[in-house]
Amino acid sequence: MQKVEAIVQPSKVEAVKAALIEAGITGMTIVEARGHGRQKGHTEFYRGREYSVDLLPKAKVDVVVQDEMVETAIRAIIAGARTGKIGDGKIFVSKIEQVIRIRNDERGEGAL
Amino acid sequence: MRRNGSRILAALFLGVAGCGIGFAQTSTPALTVSNADNAWMLVSSALVLMMTGPGLALFYGGLVRKKNVLSVMMQSFAMMALVTLLWAIVSYSLAFDAGTSFIGGLHHAFMRDVALSPDADYGSTIPVQTFMVYQLMFAIITPALITGAFAERMKFSAMAVFLVLWSIVVYSPMAHMVWGKGGLLNAALGGAMPTLDFAGGTVVHITSGVSALICAIYLGKRLGYPHEPAPPHSVVLSFIGACLLWVGWFGFNAGSALSSGALATSAFVNTHFATAAAAMGWAGVEWIRNKKPSALGAISGAVAGLVAITPAAGFVQPMWAIVIGLIAGVCCYFMVAKVKQMFGYDDALDAFGVHGVGGTLGAVLTGIFASSTINPMFKDSAGKVLPSGLIEGNAHQLLNQLGGVAIAWGISIVGTLVLLFVVDKTIGLRVSPGEEIEGLDITQHGEEGYDRGA
Repeated sequence: MQKVEAIVQPSKVEAVKAALIEAGITGMTIVEARGHGRQKGHTEFYRGREYSVDLLPKAKVDVVVQDEMVETAIRAIIAGARTGKIGDGKIFVSKIEQVIRIRNDERGEGAL
Repeated sequence: MRRNGSRILAALFLGVAGCGIGFAQTSTPALTVSNADNAWMLVSSALVLMMTGPGLALFYGGLVRKKNVLSVMMQSFAMMALVTLLWAIVSYSLAFDAGTSFIGGLHHAFMRDVALSPDADYGSTIPVQTFMVYQLMFAIITPALITGAFAERMKFSAMAVFLVLWSIVVYSPMAHMVWGKGGLLNAALGGAMPTLDFAGGTVVHITSGVSALICAIYLGKRLGYPHEPAPPHSVVLSFIGACLLWVGWFGFNAGSALSSGALATSAFVNTHFATAAAAMGWAGVEWIRNKKPSALGAISGAVAGLVAITPAAGFVQPMWAIVIGLIAGVCCYFMVAKVKQMFGYDDALDAFGVHGVGGTLGAVLTGIFASSTINPMFKDSAGKVLPSGLIEGNAHQLLNQLGGVAIAWGISIVGTLVLLFVVDKTIGLRVSPGEEIEGLDITQHGEEGYDRGA
């Protein structure tokens, strides 16, 4: 089992979600996040005062899938989130040791 | 003990009520109430109250950080309650009883002889109680405007004591001089130095704006200012507040005609025109300098225009109102964006930059553009109408306006300094640095504006 963790533009969340569901991945967690990578922040003006905002609004999409589904998940996220511009985001993949379904204590891949 | 306390309180209330009933009916029978005028003045009174809450409370509330939103709103709201009671007890009398050239007497304290029939000098077709409650709404918003300068760092208790004293020491005398019977600057009732101030450019905006500047300097900067960013937490709240101010201001300015006739229309139109021009002026300068016109800029400009047209509203031609608005929008932008940063004082929400500067501009420009065809203020002994402003050839009026401005600045600077000193030495003005970092909502009021858990 692996966790595919994607930081994407907030405006692309719906597209990513739809692509994941179409690829057969139905469970996911989405959180609102703030951050930046290579994409620099921007400048805001309030009554002539300049404020540089370096943490930008982002969304984080987490899915945990069986090993053979990882590439499918990655493809789906890219299909939904890519615009080709700086700031499209990143995907992190990591190993998951255990999954437990709280309702009935079921463990392992069956609990996904 | 507690029972005794409440009995004494009840007796006190009955006593006060008794005063009202006992004296309210004495009046001059010659004047009759016009229901049309009275209807407009009651609506105007409500509109002006709406400017403070929710108008100003939202406008200021949006401009501070999340942790201080309630403290700022509460400061405005506290004025709605505190100044009202103060007005009933003494400050209406100090402003509008005959008294001396500088301050009213105590005859109307506890609402004695504040009748339901008209007073020839205070709106001859409306009950004097309507006039009283209308003027009360001005007395409420004026100290509330000052709160923008010391936002995010002043103790609630110190704020309450300071502003109550300020109402008595600065507001009542200034209102008396400009609008009260026998007032030094009263242009309508034959003051020695007649100054044109239709709806409170000097009385409301210069006094609050200049006092705000003194507060900002005396209290010192907020922690972290100007290095730590403290952008508005919700321009949306400010936007709603500013729009409510714009609408409420029709009561403020057009209501100052004290009747629902043509003069009210003139003030209404001028108010609207100047505000539109000022919004475009401020946002336009931003567009040129920052490449973008901001919503905050547009609404700040609108408020600057409302301030500047206030003294001129019932005196000028509509096209001059547009000129006044445009000048105010551009000048106030530069005051707030450039001059404030040059001097480095922390007028947190720009009460001085908008009200002090806009009010002073408006007072001076009124002396230039006032027209006797809109409002024949000055007449010779034969009843012939004399010129009003500089454009009609009355250069002397400009001097009077400057005199009125100087008096308003002077009383505000001296009064505010003395009161701040007294409150500072007795209860202290500022919250502790720890409380300032935690935020005034929690430390002063024990609550939060936004539920983080929900």
